[in-house]
Amino acid sequence: MKKNLSIFFLCFLFWQVSAQNIIVCDNCNFTNVSNAISNANTHDTIIVSKGLYKEHDIIIDKPLTLIGEEAIIDADFKGGCFNVIADSVSISGFTINNIKTSYTKDISGIYTFRISNFIFENNTFNNPFFAILIQKSENGIVRNNVINGNAKDEISSGNGIHLWHSNNVEIYGNTISQMRDGIYLEFVKNSNTYKNESRNHVRYGLHFMFSNSNSYQDNIFERNGAGVAVMFSKDIVMTNNIFQYNWGTASYGLLLKEIYDAEISNNTFIQNTIGINAEGSTRVNYFNNIFKSNGWATKITGGCYDNIFYNNDFLNNTFDISYQGRQNGNMFNGNYWSGYTGYDLDKNGVGDVPYRPVKLFSYVVNKTPETIILHRSLFIDIVNFSEKVSPIFTPKELQDFKPVLKRINK
Amino acid sequence: MITIENLHKSFGKLKVLDGLNMSALGEGIFAVLGPNGSGKTTLIKCILGMVIPNSGSIKLNNEEIIGKWIYRKKISYMPQIANFPPNLRVVELIEMIKTLRPQQTKETELIKLFDLEDSLNKKLATLSGGTKQKVNIVLTFMFDSPIIILDEPTTGLDPLSLIELKKLIIAEKSKNKTIIITSHIMSFIEEISDEIVFLLEGNVSFNGTIESLKEETNEGNLEHAIANIIQKSND
Amino acid sequence: MIKILKYSFYDLMRSKWSYIYFFFYLFLGFVLLFLNNDLSKSIITLMNVIVVLTPLIGAIFGAMYHYNSKEFVELLLAQPLKRRTIFLGQFLGLSISLTLSLVAGLGIPFLSYGIFMSADIFDFISILIVGGVLTFIFTAISYNIALANEDKIKGIGFAILAWLFTAVIYDGLFLVSLVIFDEYPLEYFALGASVFNPIDLSRILIILKLDISALLGYTGAVLQNFFGTSVGMLITSIMLMLWMFIPLKMIVSKSKKKDF
Repeated sequence: MKKNLSIFFLCFLFWQVSAQNIIVCDNCNFTNVSNAISNANTHDTIIVSKGLYKEHDIIIDKPLTLIGEEAIIDADFKGGCFNVIADSVSISGFTINNIKTSYTKDISGIYTFRISNFIFENNTFNNPFFAILIQKSENGIVRNNVINGNAKDEISSGNGIHLWHSNNVEIYGNTISQMRDGIYLEFVKNSNTYKNESRNHVRYGLHFMFSNSNSYQDNIFERNGAGVAVMFSKDIVMTNNIFQYNWGTASYGLLLKEIYDAEISNNTFIQNTIGINAEGSTRVNYFNNIFKSNGWATKITGGCYDNIFYNNDFLNNTFDISYQGRQNGNMFNGNYWSGYTGYDLDKNGVGDVPYRPVKLFSYVVNKTPETIILHRSLFIDIVNFSEKVSPIFTPKELQDFKPVLKRINK
Repeated sequence: MITIENLHKSFGKLKVLDGLNMSALGEGIFAVLGPNGSGKTTLIKCILGMVIPNSGSIKLNNEEIIGKWIYRKKISYMPQIANFPPNLRVVELIEMIKTLRPQQTKETELIKLFDLEDSLNKKLATLSGGTKQKVNIVLTFMFDSPIIILDEPTTGLDPLSLIELKKLIIAEKSKNKTIIITSHIMSFIEEISDEIVFLLEGNVSFNGTIESLKEETNEGNLEHAIANIIQKSND
Repeated sequence: MIKILKYSFYDLMRSKWSYIYFFFYLFLGFVLLFLNNDLSKSIITLMNVIVVLTPLIGAIFGAMYHYNSKEFVELLLAQPLKRRTIFLGQFLGLSISLTLSLVAGLGIPFLSYGIFMSADIFDFISILIVGGVLTFIFTAISYNIALANEDKIKGIGFAILAWLFTAVIYDGLFLVSLVIFDEYPLEYFALGASVFNPIDLSRILIILKLDISALLGYTGAVLQNFFGTSVGMLITSIMLMLWMFIPLKMIVSKSKKKDF
């Protein structure tokens, strides 16, 4: 212990003595960033002053702190910007513009490979192909960056923050718009994504693939081509997020595919074509969520087992649930349904008759989407009512036996 | 002055007016008579523009009136059944007709004449048949129109009002007006009218004074004279 | 025309039916708000009721009023008035008084609940507007029916039938044909079919705002582009106007030819 401490002090002293500030500006010793880096010692701080720097593919191969003071680096579509291949690198305060689009390579505003202990913060990216691409790295922080993409279609665009085979990365406070995916986590473990705003992306606001034991909370995802997708992952905790205005034929607030043991709680889903689309999801607990004014609040398709919905508010959705397949242990109990018309004679706050959240018309619309324009027609009401009285098409046991009469979450 | 030429009107297959001609009706009181279904009401309604003839012409002072509407300023019409908007008060109804027809009126005089002061603020739905008919009379006679058409004017009237009505008609006649009346009460017709227009099967079968009618049929009594005409046509 | 309108209107405003209609909506408004305790929810239920009920009332009243005011019409016909003046005046008097009962009957409960303070005010207003427009349309349609049928029972029967067809049967046929011809691109058909039914048209106009906007995404581009934009809004509004003016035009031309 004592030995460790003395080594630490030694390092500290060494750093104190050797680390120095290098300034880059138009009439300084260093007029471009690459030069400054190649002449810097490890752990130096490079301060890039106000100005426009036309540079690309800047390699950071030693531990450094880079601080931009209103510095703009324009890669001029000739390549990427920072290529980080050393540990303990911090990049902050830069505006990074015009990253080259490539159909074969993942070119990025900040690129890392096999590093650890990194911090990327307060940077702004305009027109990036990828903005921050982190591969096989760990123990990092990506925070408070602003990423403004210009993506038009999936093929020619990259992702905002993309992690691949990385662990222990915190992603928070970032604002990302108009990329392919806002945030893409692929083979990522033990990471936390929170307080980000991710909107107007061509594909997903947030995309999980093969990433177990992660959580994301307090994010806002809106107007994305396809919403948020969580796929082939275990133990994901999703709380306090807002999913809204995701409209389209294949648009979801949240798309779940092959998910096990997840928790989805305290989220708000507003005006999505489909609030949550669950496919092959097992042992997922949904509670204290608000589903408001969605086309379908939830759509449960094949291969879903033991999903439990409780304490959720279903408010004015066109359809509360679309359901395919057998009961399979999926349950809806103790939720608030704005469509509930039952009564509560014993005044215990729970309706005395069960609520049947699946409507026959929901099936019809599933099959023939154009029929939606007959929604709330008297004829449809009659059809739904007769199905309610004697169910033929909808699973008999799919009911909320304890429908709550007042809103639960406000 | 009303002239009718070759007037045709059928309702579906039923021919009601079949080429009816009527020489000019000038000043005086004309009784339009005829058995049920002979086309009396249709004729009157054609003149008023309520029924639209299939063909023919109706001229008022040598001007064609079919399809026009302004000429009705010159006509006062008293319909057969006095059914008015039930929720209006009498005074409102009178005011309404007055506003619809901005002409000189003399309704106060008439209201007094028919003792209607107490009924003025009642709703029309609450009035008796006779009182309604009196209101009907007021509405008709309050305008000073050169042509007056009365469809069964005596219906439901008490003897006193009937006398007043007759006086009114005579008074209007003295102003050189054309007055057309239909009625089933022959004594009333005999007493009041100058000329008879007798309709049969959609055409005028007799047009002349009561005297000439009696002469022609050799009957001393108008009722019998008319029965005679009808019988002849049946033979 | 204004004069006739005024008198028809006063006449109707004093009839017990206007009060019944008014109190019905007043009652409905309070009950909805009391039971739901939630403005948005009440407004959705309200829409369901309005879209079905105002045409029905318009249809029945339009025909009934025409038959009941037969003598009044005859009185007016003998006056120096154009037929168009008389019938349009009466029609407007009737539809305005019905609309007023609707607006006042629903306005009072919702105002006292504080609708003006809430974001739902626009939805509420558009429901009232649509309710008014539907009243006008169906009053005009049933007026036409009544003009064409001397028999009162028959006329009112046909008017109710017209309502039943547009409110229920049409949608049934519509749904069945959509489901049957599932394989084909149906968007234009769906658009066309909904445009040709004033009840469908008004219903869509409201639910677009209330609750299917999100679902339109599911139907593909044509419907979304049509209903999701102001162009669609404009076209639907124009169609509704046409639905109002064509029967009106027919009232005018029918009344010109009719014998009384």
